[in-house]
Amino acid sequence: MTAPYPVHATGVPVLALGETLLVSLQGELHDGMAEQLQQDISHRIADSGANGVIIDISGVEVVDSFLGRILAEIAASASLLAARTVVAGMRPAVAITLVELGLTLPGLTTALDVDRALELLTRRSTPSASDGREKGT
Amino acid sequence: MPASDPAVETSLPIRSDADLAWVRQQVRQSAANLGFGLVQQTKLVTAASELARNTLVHGGGGHVEVTPLTRGLTRGLRLSFVDSGPGIRDVELAMTDGYSSGSGLGLGLSGAKRLVDEFEIDTEPGRGTTVTVIAWTTGVPAARSEV
Repeated sequence: MTAPYPVHATGVPVLALGETLLVSLQGELHDGMAEQLQQDISHRIADSGANGVIIDISGVEVVDSFLGRILAEIAASASLLAARTVVAGMRPAVAITLVELGLTLPGLTTALDVDRALELLTRRSTPSASDGREKGT
Repeated sequence: MPASDPAVETSLPIRSDADLAWVRQQVRQSAANLGFGLVQQTKLVTAASELARNTLVHGGGGHVEVTPLTRGLTRGLRLSFVDSGPGIRDVELAMTDGYSSGSGLGLGLSGAKRLVDEFEIDTEPGRGTTVTVIAWTTGVPAARSEV
């Protein structure tokens, strides 16, 4: 509580890549850590003015309805703070399990990996940066 | 009834969210040892996570009994989540998708049932709840009559 960014309370570092925050979840995430992460990300967005958040879950073996709800809530609160969230790297077995569980998470943007997530976020935030350079008359 | 080997049964406490993580790891390990494929492991561990959280949040804590099973050439894993909490008054309602008495999404029981082959719930108000699930390694199609 003394540090300005209590990111280490969760053991989950929140990295800044330009205007995008990158969070990489690895292995077992305790429920309390997941809830803390939700707060950390919201504060980091507000403090840094980030307009995108990538949550890399390629290292996560199990997403249950609790973690699914946390991911959806992180995206929803980030959205209220004007940042888009992309969940990247979901394992195929996790995707299959989530569907069977009945948790389809509409409204959550996903990408196959971090590269594609970054592409998705930067393309949207700078719409015609390259297109505008077309030669015209 | 499937034959079980009580000698290798383990009981894991469910008292905190750190225990939930431990239960997930142990169930994954047991399922992998029995030859469950990756998707099957993930489904079973996810079901275990939902049910262990129910034990913690709604049952006030308890334990899970992990028992490897053998049925012919097929191997399975039985998980019994036991609490002595308030019990479930209306099981049918509690099994409904989207119904929640807590802060969850209401997918714990119904979702877990879809992820395993056999599902049984034994509860009585004031006397606690035991949810038992079984998953088999191969070949046995999951009962999905109610999906």
